Amino acid sequence: MATASKPNLDHPTFAILKEAFPAITLRGTEYRGQSTLIVEPQDLHKVMTFLKNDPRCDYNFLSDVVGIDYLGYPAPTIGRFAVVYNLCSYERDDRFFVKVFLDPSIPTDGIEEDPALYVDSVCDLWPGAEWTEREVFDMYGIRFRNHPDLRRILTWKEFPAHPLRKDYPLRGRGERETYRVIDRTDA
Amino acid sequence: MPYTLKPSNAFDIDIETTEYLKDHVDTGDRWVLNFGPQHPATHTTLRLILELDGERVARCTPHIGYLHSGFEKLGEHLDYNQYVTIVSRMNYLSPIANDICWHHAVEKVFGVGLTPRCIVVRTIMAEIARIQDHLLCVGAAALDLGAITGFLYSFNPREKIYDICDFISGQRFHPDWTRVGGAMADLPDEEVFRRMVKDFIHNDLPHALKDLEGLVLRNKIFYDRTVGIGVMTREEAIGWSLSGPLARASGVRRDLRKDEPYLCYADNWDGQGAEAVQFKVPVAEAGDVYARFQVRIEEIRQAVGIIEQLIDRIPGGPMNVFTDSKTTKPPKSEVYGSIEGLIQHFELIMTNRGWEAPIAEGYGANETANGELGYYVVADGSPRAWRVKTRPPSFINYAVVSKMLEGHMLPDVVAVLGSINIVAAELDR
Repeated sequence: MATASKPNLDHPTFAILKEAFPAITLRGTEYRGQSTLIVEPQDLHKVMTFLKNDPRCDYNFLSDVVGIDYLGYPAPTIGRFAVVYNLCSYERDDRFFVKVFLDPSIPTDGIEEDPALYVDSVCDLWPGAEWTEREVFDMYGIRFRNHPDLRRILTWKEFPAHPLRKDYPLRGRGERETYRVIDRTDA
Repeated sequence: MPYTLKPSNAFDIDIETTEYLKDHVDTGDRWVLNFGPQHPATHTTLRLILELDGERVARCTPHIGYLHSGFEKLGEHLDYNQYVTIVSRMNYLSPIANDICWHHAVEKVFGVGLTPRCIVVRTIMAEIARIQDHLLCVGAAALDLGAITGFLYSFNPREKIYDICDFISGQRFHPDWTRVGGAMADLPDEEVFRRMVKDFIHNDLPHALKDLEGLVLRNKIFYDRTVGIGVMTREEAIGWSLSGPLARASGVRRDLRKDEPYLCYADNWDGQGAEAVQFKVPVAEAGDVYARFQVRIEEIRQAVGIIEQLIDRIPGGPMNVFTDSKTTKPPKSEVYGSIEGLIQHFELIMTNRGWEAPIAEGYGANETANGELGYYVVADGSPRAWRVKTRPPSFINYAVVSKMLEGHMLPDVVAVLGSINIVAAELDR
């Protein structure tokens, strides 16, 4: 069934963006009626601001922020990690996806801060991005610049990995067996 | 020997990383109250660190993750049919709605169409799940605010819903009923199913709804506790990504059943020009806790209307699609009656075989009781998804709780939490 048909790139937002940003690299893709724009990380905030504020785009609703790790994915991808923004326009009743690819610069089995895994936060445009971006940070270690409160959300601060990365095993690295016991003497 | 509590500056918000709270703890009359994780009004396990000025909430910091169990990691290791058992356990108030949404997303990526019979039965079950969720939400909110009777009255009809789930799937709480391209089984007996659903919507539900409305919505105490509490304006609701009854109570006209129609909510769902089901989307303007319950009660009525339109029109024919693309389990008559059917069944059941999925990604969303529930599915050609990201309405709606609570009194915390209808299993996944 893996017959990849040619993506249909006639979503009107592609044309508007192309006209508005002639200088920056924009890629587009489409699958079953869902159009995805791929931007470079440094251009993300600029493009997102335009998508929110331009009256022809008017994407006023950020539905979700998705992190993806493509380590070992069978098809070639631009980078290892991706962040996908799921945008919606209520007025025009239109859904549009924006995707950013990132490549790590240090080994990904720890929680050290990686200067390459940084994108600009969109919390100033859609305040609802706050928790979804925190979840991406928690699960993939992708940090968001200018985020108001970037802390881990589902796991705890000392957790020694970002668990949804593909190099993190399903059963963990023994965190369940070697935890710190707190009793009443040191509570 | 009695043990002594350490002074409050050793309170474990230190461990819990809230750096910015430290500046405020020592000032004036402010004090910090830890609400949860184990508290009757948190329903499951969620924790709020409330910084109070007297009895007024100055700042609220939610801490979640107590029920985090790696559902999305599991989704990368279970195949497209197995994962439905995990999905079912996310929003356990209306599990069948999660099943339907999960396979809606998978079928969208696979490009599988459904049979008319499956579409109708799925729509009926989706609406029953909506009733199931709203009943519990309104009843439990009354319970949190001190009225236990409403809770009991709302639970009675829910028993009947469990019976219907039990009848079609064999399991009461977690039906795990859908499969790629259909359902785990055809209705055991269409006539009995129809009778059970009609019995529920004509006999049980109207009484319960009347009682619930009288006891809760027209209750002066409940009214006083909920009107003007936790107000969100329309712009705030859209900006904070709220969906479902929360957004519609703030005047947002958005319902995926109308705006991105699927199943019987779309025109021409049977391929022969059938009309979409008729229903109205209730919208309130006030944006407070009370308006959210009004919207939920009205949605129950509309759901009953949808079920009434469909229950006598369940088309015949097979429940599962039988395609050449080998994506769905064939009907049993094909398995035992034809060699193609047997091979296709075998291919899907054997552990070293399975789907030939596309290498692509897509997003499918349904309007469930709490709002937009969606799955972002990245398929890699193997029988297991590469990545399944849930768009959990509880998680995204809960992000706004600290904003809703600012400046309210401590007892209002419970009212606001009840109106958001957080399901911690879905919140933490």
